[in-house]
Amino acid sequence: MSLLELKGVSMVYNGKVRALDNIDFKIDKGDWVAIMGPSGSGKTTLMNIIGCMDKATSGEITLDGISLMDVTDAELTQIRREKIGMVFQQFHLIPYLTAAENVMVAQYYHSLPDKDEAMKALDRVGLADRAEHLPSQLSGGEQQRVCIARALINYPVLILADEPTGNLDEANQNLVMKIFHELHDEGHTIITVTHSTDVGREAQRRVIIEHGHMRESED
Amino acid sequence: MFWQMVKGALIRQRNRFALIALTVALGVSLASAMLNCLFDVGDKVNQELKAYGANIIVTPKNSTVLKDIYGLDSREYLNEEELGKIRTIFWTNNIVAFAPSLEGSLDSMPIIGTWFNHKMTLPTGDSFETGIEPMKSWWQIDGRYPVDGTNEILVGKNLAAEKNLKLGDRIENLEIVGIVEGGGIEDDSILANLPIVQSLENLPGKIGSIEVSAITTPENDLARKAAENPNLLSQQEREIWYCTAYVSSIAYQIEEVISNSSARPVRQIAESEGKILDKTQLLMLLITILSLLSAALGVSNLVSANIIECSRELGLLKAIGATNLGVILLVLAEIFIAGIFGGIAGYFLGLGLAQIIGQTVFGSGIANNLVVIPIVSALMILVLLLASIPAIRSLLSLEPANVLHG
Repeated sequence: MSLLELKGVSMVYNGKVRALDNIDFKIDKGDWVAIMGPSGSGKTTLMNIIGCMDKATSGEITLDGISLMDVTDAELTQIRREKIGMVFQQFHLIPYLTAAENVMVAQYYHSLPDKDEAMKALDRVGLADRAEHLPSQLSGGEQQRVCIARALINYPVLILADEPTGNLDEANQNLVMKIFHELHDEGHTIITVTHSTDVGREAQRRVIIEHGHMRESED
Repeated sequence: MFWQMVKGALIRQRNRFALIALTVALGVSLASAMLNCLFDVGDKVNQELKAYGANIIVTPKNSTVLKDIYGLDSREYLNEEELGKIRTIFWTNNIVAFAPSLEGSLDSMPIIGTWFNHKMTLPTGDSFETGIEPMKSWWQIDGRYPVDGTNEILVGKNLAAEKNLKLGDRIENLEIVGIVEGGGIEDDSILANLPIVQSLENLPGKIGSIEVSAITTPENDLARKAAENPNLLSQQEREIWYCTAYVSSIAYQIEEVISNSSARPVRQIAESEGKILDKTQLLMLLITILSLLSAALGVSNLVSANIIECSRELGLLKAIGATNLGVILLVLAEIFIAGIFGGIAGYFLGLGLAQIIGQTVFGSGIANNLVVIPIVSALMILVLLLASIPAIRSLLSLEPANVLHG
């Protein structure tokens, strides 16, 4: 059984703008899939739907055996909290909390904050020695690694990364991709959304989304 | 973690939260000043209104009956020696001043015997200074008030003009030390110390009436019912009425201590006092409400601006699994902490403001009423909740997808 399955998923805004059109998509546990496409192709819309931050207009979506079309907003929040780890292009760290505290925030809303666990997650991304630093005291690459540690802290079934290297220089991009490879090797299921061919190539499988339609990449 | 986030937000956005605290402080300061004044203003306004004179007239019982039924003035009198008993009633501290009056004539001119500023020893052993001088503050005296126990007199302005009397002139052995203008019968009379008129009329120890100035509570239905006939009240109503400083209950208590007397409220003055007091209190209540509403509007704007500024952080919290309630509680905690600091500062500021109002308007301080603390606290919570409604609404509609990717 697939971890995530989309069948005939469409997203129409204001009854007119068709951002996603009859998408069929499947990802098994342990897969690393890159969703690629130019700006305005529907990547972010698809990511919001998979990430339980938005609901599709029609179709069927199943995540870890749960139908996302039949749940309430509160249940969607709970699924997001328990099943998904998110990595953002702009990091979105809380500026007045330290790196460790930023990781613990995700724990706080999931169960209970545990600093030891947070330290292990930071250690996992090579930032144990920067745990007490504020985001403003960290480089872009370090902030993104804190973001990855935060995404991992609650043992999600799916890691969803939106342009994870979009704001990073080449050195940091390589560092972050190395972490994603390690996570994949450990058996994590990852979806990266990117417009970068280089980042897309790192994934095990690539799908292209254009004008709301999806197809498998040929390369 | 929750408090770490609250603390972090408060420190990071200290300027905005300082503005929230300041807005709450201003609203609460006005509210607590007004409420303190409101609770104390009854006594203060009453004290001020005593300048309008007596609100109770005590006359011999039979004379009241004759006057009421036949319009006749009788030759009944009260005993001067009983005057001190007025200051022994249950509401003794509410008796501001009183003055006896005995009418007579001197050389075909009306003369009124009274106390100008009389020092008396009460049955309790305490001394008490009273008379028309503290009671008739609006009288204009050309000259001065007569000294107690002397042959000095006041002459009414009209009488002085008619008889061509001046300061320093004598009527028999009585020396004119003041010309009085008060707008009443005093303008056409001579006013002398009580013993002089008692001697002239050969009525030693007798008085015709007593004017009493008392601090009273505004009349209500119970007071009006009692004014008609206290015997119609139930036992419980009677106890409430008797133990409340209604003008009718004070009058009733005076009747109890002055034998053969009838004490009547001067209804117009009593009602005016009640109306002025009610209106003053209503005005203060309105200022309180308006100041708190202004504070609510100010806080609401600041909080809404804060939500817009922090929408990404709040959206992130939602994205990583915070419920709407969790995010709302976080924001409310920040608002309430700032509000509580502002409220405490505002309360003490309000105490100072109340003293300034008291000194400026009434010439005396305003008592700090502890009841104001829970009232102001409840009002402040209400204001903060009211001010948070727009913020809560925008938090509920905040979509993480819109703020994190938009």
